Amino acid sequence: MSDYSLPDGRLEEQLGDKAPLYSRAEAVAEANRCIYCVDAPCIAKCPTSIDIPTFIHKIATDNVRGAARTIFEENLLGASCARVCPVEVLCAGDCVYNQWGREPIAIGRLQRYATTNALAQDAALLSKTKAPSTGKKIALVGSGPASIAAAGHLALDGHRAVIFEKKAIPGGLNTLGIAPYKLKAQDALDEIDMVLGLGDIELRTGVGVVAADPGEGEVSAAQLLEEYDAVFIGIGLGPDNYLGIDGEDGAGVYGAVEMIERIKVDPGFDISSMKSVAVLGGGNTAIDIARELAQLGVPDVFMVYRKTAAVMSGYRHEMDGGLKDGVRLVENRQPIAIVRDLGGEVVGVDVEDTSGGGAGGETLACDAVAFAIGQSRLTVLAKAFPGVELDDKGRVVVDDETAKTGNTKVFAGGDCVNGGKEVVNAAEHGKRAAREITRMLNAG
Amino acid sequence: MADLSIDFCGVKSPNPFWLASAPPTNSGDQVKRAFDAGWGGAVWKTLGNPIVNVSSRFGAVDYGNTKMMGLNNIELITDRPLEVNLREMADVKKHYPKNTLIASLMVDTKDEWHEIVKKVQGVGSDLIELNFGCPHGMCERGMGSAVGAEPEVLKTIVGWVMEVAEVPVIVKLTPNIGDITEPAIAALESGASAVSLINTIKSIVGVDLDLMVPRPVVGNASSNGGYCGPAVKPIALHLLGQVAHVFPKPISGIGGISNWRDAAEFMALGSTSVQVCTAVMHYGYRIVEDMIEGLNDFLDDKGIASSRGLVGKAVPQYQNWGNLDLNYHVVADIDPDKCIGCQLCFVACMDGSHQCIHIPGMDDAAKKKAGHVVFPTDIPDRPVTAEGGTPGARIPWVHEEECVGCNLCQLVCPVEGTVTMREKRKAPEKETWNDRINAGTDVVPGGLDATAKARGAK
Ligand SMILES: Cc1cc2nc3c(=O)[nH]c(=O)nc-3n(C[C@H](O)[C@H](O)[C@H](O)COP(=O)(O)OP(=O)(O)OC[C@H]3O[C@@H](n4cnc5c(N)ncnc54)[C@H](O)[C@@H]3O)c2cc1C
Ligand SMILES: Cc1cc2nc3c(=O)[nH]c(=O)nc-3n(C[C@H](O)[C@H](O)[C@H](O)COP(=O)(O)O)c2cc1C
Ligand code: SF4
Ligand code: SF4
Ligand code: SF4
Repeated sequence: MSDYSLPDGRLEEQLGDKAPLYSRAEAVAEANRCIYCVDAPCIAKCPTSIDIPTFIHKIATDNVRGAARTIFEENLLGASCARVCPVEVLCAGDCVYNQWGREPIAIGRLQRYATTNALAQDAALLSKTKAPSTGKKIALVGSGPASIAAAGHLALDGHRAVIFEKKAIPGGLNTLGIAPYKLKAQDALDEIDMVLGLGDIELRTGVGVVAADPGEGEVSAAQLLEEYDAVFIGIGLGPDNYLGIDGEDGAGVYGAVEMIERIKVDPGFDISSMKSVAVLGGGNTAIDIARELAQLGVPDVFMVYRKTAAVMSGYRHEMDGGLKDGVRLVENRQPIAIVRDLGGEVVGVDVEDTSGGGAGGETLACDAVAFAIGQSRLTVLAKAFPGVELDDKGRVVVDDETAKTGNTKVFAGGDCVNGGKEVVNAAEHGKRAAREITRMLNAG
Repeated sequence: MADLSIDFCGVKSPNPFWLASAPPTNSGDQVKRAFDAGWGGAVWKTLGNPIVNVSSRFGAVDYGNTKMMGLNNIELITDRPLEVNLREMADVKKHYPKNTLIASLMVDTKDEWHEIVKKVQGVGSDLIELNFGCPHGMCERGMGSAVGAEPEVLKTIVGWVMEVAEVPVIVKLTPNIGDITEPAIAALESGASAVSLINTIKSIVGVDLDLMVPRPVVGNASSNGGYCGPAVKPIALHLLGQVAHVFPKPISGIGGISNWRDAAEFMALGSTSVQVCTAVMHYGYRIVEDMIEGLNDFLDDKGIASSRGLVGKAVPQYQNWGNLDLNYHVVADIDPDKCIGCQLCFVACMDGSHQCIHIPGMDDAAKKKAGHVVFPTDIPDRPVTAEGGTPGARIPWVHEEECVGCNLCQLVCPVEGTVTMREKRKAPEKETWNDRINAGTDVVPGGLDATAKARGAK
């Protein structure tokens, strides 16, 4: 159904659905458990401030389209967020039931029920609220959740939105990075289709925006500033970081994000020869790739983390899930070299004890390594827009309320601003930017 | 987008959703907030000579995990000075001219009625509702349900009101009466423009077994109160259906309405507007958003252009039992892919219905012990395969020839869509009990000798 359909035979298709779609009876039962709090704490923890009690109440009254409207009003990517949000640390994490020692409301699953069923009942659910055309046009750089959300809101406000995406497949990490048991790439693409249908939005894939001197299939920052009424930068983060250690270059060593992308969209990616994979890192990307490999049947997957589980940046609920999937966690070890045999095949990772216990070095045997120690920053492009500033961590500096950069025509949001958070944060940035752009353009 | 606006006795209201006369319409500030939230109209808390209230005043029935399935109160009419209410009503009407303002009244003598009707008309009330329904306290003083239960008294008072009324008058009916059509017809005959129903149902919600005092407790005693909330909806719907058959003017439906679907049901059974009290007391004015949105979507789905098109749609189908088709027949069907094997349908049918659901694998002795009286031999032995099903459990089997189509099994089954009722007519043509009476075949064999003799003699 999507303009972008993915080929069969991709590894992600082998993985199931962690939290399947509720039946009506299940959804209504769960919705009726929600006590319909006033000034509900769950709302404060949703980065897009969805009126959660209201949408859940509407599920309870069988007003499913109304529930979806309540969700989409604040979060156009509510269908993705329903499935990819770490609700344990967001909305559901602050549900009043936690304090009572009872299971919090399954907000994400209810959100999925409402958005999925409402769009199935009425694909034009949202476009009915579209404002008349304003004749203004906005360029969006990158097609990740930040830009897609912004474009959707802008289109509903009556503007023309043109999205430039350097990759062939749109959607950024929502399409290419999310763990398949949460959301499959095709579902992310279908959601993009839904947003593209909201109004005058054009998506140009395979067109990279460059700082200067555009070549074939490229457009420069200056051109965008020239031709558009406003520009939104939603370029996310750059490629995986590496440590710069011996043995890093060559076959058998992957960037985690790169590897996940291949699991999701590359039918040619084959992991059948991997018997033991070392994942370097302790963040959520590390846990994700480890879990995906374990669930795809790699017999031994272990994470190597330089500190202890207690201080890991990866979510505890995700790590617990990883342990259940059979992932091993090696704590207090710093990789210092990738070991290869004479044929150049990876055979292990040399690590150093960082616990101070003086255990010294050792080699952890493995036949592949995934680096999950963060992503680089795409600073050059951002700086090509005059007035746009970066902070010392390479993040684009914006006004929090309006997503405005130092250039009054340029807005930014998502991972390139916050250094890498969640889809829901990117969606919120896109919404704030769109609201401000509309305010600015409509003001004259 | 359907047109939700209504015309109630010539009074336009932006939507059919009105607040019932009760605590949510106690003051001007409240009514303004309600209108801001989207309510189309409000029936002000009943005015009269101010009263004194007791405490506590409310009791509730919780059912299972559901709080306040039913609410009971022993509150009287407004306890605020008349002048204050009138001033606030005028102010509300001034700031919300499009919303419907209804004055609810309850006084005693003819002079009092004349004075108060004129006063509420003076502040811009669009409609007047006569509270002939309050079933506690006020009725002991000869007002409220004491009036509503006496059609002749009702007529007299409506007559007094009509002498000075310049706006349409609604008579609010009490359900605490044997035949609701009597006061409805009395209201019609006395010239009232509309009726509303129901007011609360006489009730005692429970007894404090330590104090040996019914709830709500007032010191060391209590009194019967008025019951409302989701629990009374079926009673209200029935009384509404009855009134809809005899009352050709607008009706405002009340009783347990909590969401758009409840509202749509009341409208289908003849309500032009609907009034809500308990659901707002429980959750606040905010619930109206879902009601407006849900009704709108529903009307759009059905291709009904305006809420007026829904009013009364189900009234003709509410019939006397004697007109129902005796040859219409359904039998239960269990979906083997969904059944989780809890056997609730089995026990319900065995103990509560007609012993026609079987569990596979029982020998005749076991079947006999379980209570079966018919012993089919072709019971399929199907293990439960549904996700979440009980491992090893068997899927019950409906002996179709014995199934009476009561649908109890469907009602108790916890898995939605597992038990469905399949149509299996007894005969193609329709035959009702009334047809049998007319044909003189209204005797079912197996009855009393005296009856058979009497009928045979006829
Ligand atoms: C492995 C992994 C798992 C994750 N799991 C979750 C999760 O479960 N839940 C969750 O909420 N979040 C998750 N996230 C985070 C989430 O995916 C991101 O926060 C979100 O996608 C950020 O959106 P964005 O629009 O800012 O950037 P991105 O999604 O990164 O999109 C940026 C887009 O811009 C394009 N682009 C970059 N430069 C240019 C250019 N010069 N010209 C044109 N296009 C350009 C890129 O190709 C890309 O398509 C995960 C991230 C990773 C890495
Ligand atoms: C606390 C309370 C006070 C009420 N006071 C009045 C009143 O003053 N006048 C009146 O006509 N009805 C009064 N009612 C009845 C309501 O208007 C309404 O008819 C009844 O509650 C049924 O609707 P519900 O099920 O939505 O609550 C009162 C109900 C409650 C619960
Ligand atoms: S968007 Fe995410 S955080 Fe917000 S309510 Fe939905 S699931 Fe929760
Ligand atoms: S905090 Fe929990 S119970 Fe309260 S509204 Fe939010 S989801 Fe419902
Ligand atoms: S009640 Fe429903 S789920 Fe339970 S055994 Fe009967 S058909 Fe199956």
